[in-house]
Amino acid sequence: MDGEALNQAVIALEPAAAKREKADRPAVQVPPEKLAALALALRDEPALAFDLLLDHTAIDWIAEERFELVYVLYSTVHGHYLMVTTSVPRGAPVVPTVSAVWPIAHWQEREVFDLMGIQYDDHPDLRRLFLEDEWQGHPLRKDYKDDHMLGLPK
Amino acid sequence: MTVRVRTLDDICKPPVGAESSLDTQEYLVNMGPQHPIAHGSLRLILRLDGETVKEVTPAPGYVHRGIEKMCESLNYRQIIHLTDRMDYLSALMNNWLVSKTVEKAAGIAVNPRIETIRTLMAELQRLQSHVLWWGVLGMDLGAFTPFLYGFREREIIGALFEETIGARLTMNYIQPGGLMYDIHADFARKVKEVLAYLKPILVEYDTLLSGNVILQERLRNIGILDPKKAVALGCTGPVLRGSGVPYDLRKLEPYGVYDQAEFDVVVGTRGDCWDRYYVRIEEMRQSIRIIEQLVDNIPEGPYMVTKFAAKIKLPEGIYYGHIETARGVLGVTIVSDGKSDIPYRMHFRSPNFNNLWAVTALAPGWRIADLIAIQSSLDLVIPDIDR
Repeated sequence: MDGEALNQAVIALEPAAAKREKADRPAVQVPPEKLAALALALRDEPALAFDLLLDHTAIDWIAEERFELVYVLYSTVHGHYLMVTTSVPRGAPVVPTVSAVWPIAHWQEREVFDLMGIQYDDHPDLRRLFLEDEWQGHPLRKDYKDDHMLGLPK
Repeated sequence: MTVRVRTLDDICKPPVGAESSLDTQEYLVNMGPQHPIAHGSLRLILRLDGETVKEVTPAPGYVHRGIEKMCESLNYRQIIHLTDRMDYLSALMNNWLVSKTVEKAAGIAVNPRIETIRTLMAELQRLQSHVLWWGVLGMDLGAFTPFLYGFREREIIGALFEETIGARLTMNYIQPGGLMYDIHADFARKVKEVLAYLKPILVEYDTLLSGNVILQERLRNIGILDPKKAVALGCTGPVLRGSGVPYDLRKLEPYGVYDQAEFDVVVGTRGDCWDRYYVRIEEMRQSIRIIEQLVDNIPEGPYMVTKFAAKIKLPEGIYYGHIETARGVLGVTIVSDGKSDIPYRMHFRSPNFNNLWAVTALAPGWRIADLIAIQSSLDLVIPDIDR
């Protein structure tokens, strides 16, 4: 499926979804409460068949007080890509896990939790991944500071 | 007088609920962070029953340098110099990925000369990376000779890189808008010399190691990864292709000049360690094939299409690009706010990070020695996991 058809197909599947502007490939945004259901539909719908979760990450939009979560999907059946994004408030960054849909999400979500502090509801093993358990804060947040950080050169 | 006769149970207490002293108890062992097969600092926590692996819990992070955080204060040209510190055996491909994604987003078109040299360099590096992996796999499984052979060939390709790039390991060569330096006049001849040397060497590899009965016993039918599971576990590269899924970006979305070269995507049939082994051996032959077709026809032209230190600003938006490195799909997500030549956020989808997760599904049920074979067949580079 080409870009526009893919966007339309996803929006037909989940009416709460909308096109995510300013992306270089087909991209949709959904409210976080619809994410788990949409993920399952994207994987199981034969015309879409997104079976490979290539990448998952988060962006800290501090000025807008929100985190944007990005999922990059690929279908080994049809060979098409889709970017799914969802936004959660910075004060309460809770989102359902998709690790039951794509097992690799188990691993990728732990990285995002460790470095960005997103809480994945129902995740089977939500632990820090790279940093030690006693670490304070989440370094990839824009307002993160610790004693070891160097200032930017002027 | 009574003499107390001791039993084995007095020495090793049987586990609670055990029926005899032959019953065993599960225990935890740290494999790493410094273990020869980790090829870096990777810690695996093994839950064992005797020699059988029950569960593997990877605990990475010993080489975490915060590359993604650093990217948020560097411009796109400076970021290039961090990328080859991730998967140092695919340094040029990592350079290429960031250059390619930035060029696409900024609308910079590079000329055929640049694209051809990039493709040649990437394939030479794939060869170098696989040659090293082959030697190290031999060493991991107890055969020291292949290690020496692998390093010998790696040095020969390394000398080729050093002549053009000036470095042997963390090579910065490809940058947005072109290359950092031109190739020297003798490059094509030297590449052909190296290929002529490598071709019989690959046959020697087969006679030295691939045909060895011990190696075959250690790899065949061990750690079987079926295609569905491999996709669900997010595997890419030779690991996924070993399971029979022909996912190769060089073929599916040709970048560079891969569309001008004839080559085959190598896939396995069973998805065991042996398939992952032989996919890489065969990929070396395909790489030689690609280089041979391209090396004689490097088009003329400049090696840079932008000014050397030109600022590159990307329009506001989110960009995802990816490339087939020696270990799988390396992806990058660049978020630009459109205000400066520094990305707002940059994230790398590293093939090793995702392939490592497969070990948790592959290893349970096998012996420790098989875990070593499985790890070797995944071909992990640790700094790329931790970033």
